[in-house]
Amino acid sequence: MSIWEYANPVKFMQTSGWLLPWIIGATVLTLVPGLVWGFFFTPLAAEFGATVKVIYVHVPAATFAINIWVMMLVTSLIWLIRRHHVSALAAKAAAPIGMVMTLIALITGAFWGQPMWGTWWEWDPRLTSFLILFLFYLGYIALWEAIENPDTAADLTGVLCLVGSVFAVLSRYAAMFWNQGLHQGSTLSLDKEEHIADVFWQPLVLSIIGFGLLFVTLLLLRTRTEIRARRLSALEQRERMA
Amino acid sequence: MSLLSVENLTVSRGGLAVLEGVTFSLHAGRALVLRGPNGIGKTTLLRTLAGLQPPLAGSISMPGEAMAYAAHADGLKATLSVRENLRFWAAIYETDTIDHALDQMNLRGLAGRAAHSLSAGQKRRLGLARLLVTGRPIWVLDEPTVSLDAASVALFASAVRAHLATGGAALMATHIDLGLEEAEVLDIAPFKARPPEEGGHKGAFDHDFDGAFL
Amino acid sequence: MIALLMRDLRLAIRAGGGFGLGLAFFLIVVTLVPFGVGPEGAILSRIAAGILWLGALLACLLSLDRIFALDFEDGSLDLLATAPIPLEAVVTMKALAHWITTGLPLVLAAPLFAVLLHLPTPAYFWLEVSLLLGTPALSVLGTFGAALTVGLKRGGLLLSLLVLPLYVPTLIFGAELVRRGGEGMAVQVPLAMLAGITAATIALVPFASAAAIRVNLR
Repeated sequence: MSIWEYANPVKFMQTSGWLLPWIIGATVLTLVPGLVWGFFFTPLAAEFGATVKVIYVHVPAATFAINIWVMMLVTSLIWLIRRHHVSALAAKAAAPIGMVMTLIALITGAFWGQPMWGTWWEWDPRLTSFLILFLFYLGYIALWEAIENPDTAADLTGVLCLVGSVFAVLSRYAAMFWNQGLHQGSTLSLDKEEHIADVFWQPLVLSIIGFGLLFVTLLLLRTRTEIRARRLSALEQRERMA
Repeated sequence: MSLLSVENLTVSRGGLAVLEGVTFSLHAGRALVLRGPNGIGKTTLLRTLAGLQPPLAGSISMPGEAMAYAAHADGLKATLSVRENLRFWAAIYETDTIDHALDQMNLRGLAGRAAHSLSAGQKRRLGLARLLVTGRPIWVLDEPTVSLDAASVALFASAVRAHLATGGAALMATHIDLGLEEAEVLDIAPFKARPPEEGGHKGAFDHDFDGAFL
Repeated sequence: MIALLMRDLRLAIRAGGGFGLGLAFFLIVVTLVPFGVGPEGAILSRIAAGILWLGALLACLLSLDRIFALDFEDGSLDLLATAPIPLEAVVTMKALAHWITTGLPLVLAAPLFAVLLHLPTPAYFWLEVSLLLGTPALSVLGTFGAALTVGLKRGGLLLSLLVLPLYVPTLIFGAELVRRGGEGMAVQVPLAMLAGITAATIALVPFASAAAIRVNLR
């Protein structure tokens, strides 16, 4: 029995249908305690104030904003190489989730940054990279929406994802270089994980796991919807032909 | 000698099989006319043979670099003259002369005219003249006689005949009688693809997963 | 291949506006910027490099949707795809034709427009170098975007949305090269990155463009 069996729509629908309730349960059991713990049961760090609590949303969202793109890259490659429809539809289903995660990361970042840096937006390399990532998500989704034939759309978005990934990474390094060119050593580093205390770290890990499970839940739900839509359009097309 | 042989070919449009089990072969010096009602998949079949889209199943065998394809659209550039249009294709196919093409399709007098000033029939003749400059033995033609008058059809038929006489072959989808007595006719209606429940090609989303919908 | 390039150039000349339109657009952008930011020479001279690069980028974007659209509509793209030259060569020649008709005129005219924006004198050399190195990448990436959207009815806006994020690294390193060159700072890093990105783009992206065309013709 090979892993590719799950690439068959029928097999995928059966397996994901069976798995979904369990994953939804696990999502609730990690995300809710993680956020509640983080928001209400962590001490206030003097130098940051209460706004620091936004990290329990900000960091997981940012983590998955990037990881979802990587997942889309992998599933696009699987589609381009092995022509498994479920893989292409999973990439399509993941994109809006990734875009929302990016948006959440940007907005919560602004909420966090405002009291700390005194500005809603700073052209920090990291923030800039996320803004660019958001643009890539936008283009990717727009291309899916614009093309009628689903296989053509899957192929073209797959190619775009491939090329886009390279340029997203390039943009990240370009942004790092560009900003250093402006500021000569940024003082607004977001790398706080290194000296973060365990009291903050543990609920954060729980939140990240919760966000991950939330992503899997949404992904399975959306992929199932996409598969049903494809099945429906296949039936309609047959109807028209007959 | 068989120039082009097609075996058990299944072709698709929009991911859906339209023709299946298409089998024929085309010999040097022969012409084959495809017949069938509108929408049966003649254009799809020809595009598949031209390599523009992959077949769902089956095989196509022909010598490499042997085919010239002419679609519905002529691919003419309106602002270029007749001669420039032909020269361009001659350069792409690395053949040296366009004179025989101008003469055979009776375009000599129009050679200096810009393509946009030609009538529909003259444009079509220029489109067909493009085949002559390719120097390829197998012609695959999609509705070659659209907008041609009787005299031009006869001109085209004689060009095809000359091509066959030099060991070429032609495959065309057309509704009108070209007066080519050596042409065979292949009715492709019997190759219409069956729906998947009757044993036809099954796409990834034709599998029944009603149970999984619950 | 040369025949294809010559044909495209001839078409651009005959259609009129092939060379001029991008330049005119570039000029308008450069003219409008001082109206937006004020006429002080000090401010203009500081942002000149960025404006010139942005103007070049937008002027380049303007003509992208015509790269394949006309050939798609009149059927030549089908015929080119079945012709004996590989599709990768076709898209490369298309990109080259686009660069010659839009990128090259921009490179040549940029110093004139730079005068309007008070670009610091030492930056002129680097402006030319950066545009010469960077604009080919803009054309090649634009060809990729045009290949993705070739079959679409209203592909123009989508094309910009797809292509502009891909332009980010080139824009950053290009403008940075001019800025640093103008201030007499070290230019090796942006110079190497800009040249590297362009070289890699020219070498690799045509394969993606050709793949996209094949999918769109299916």
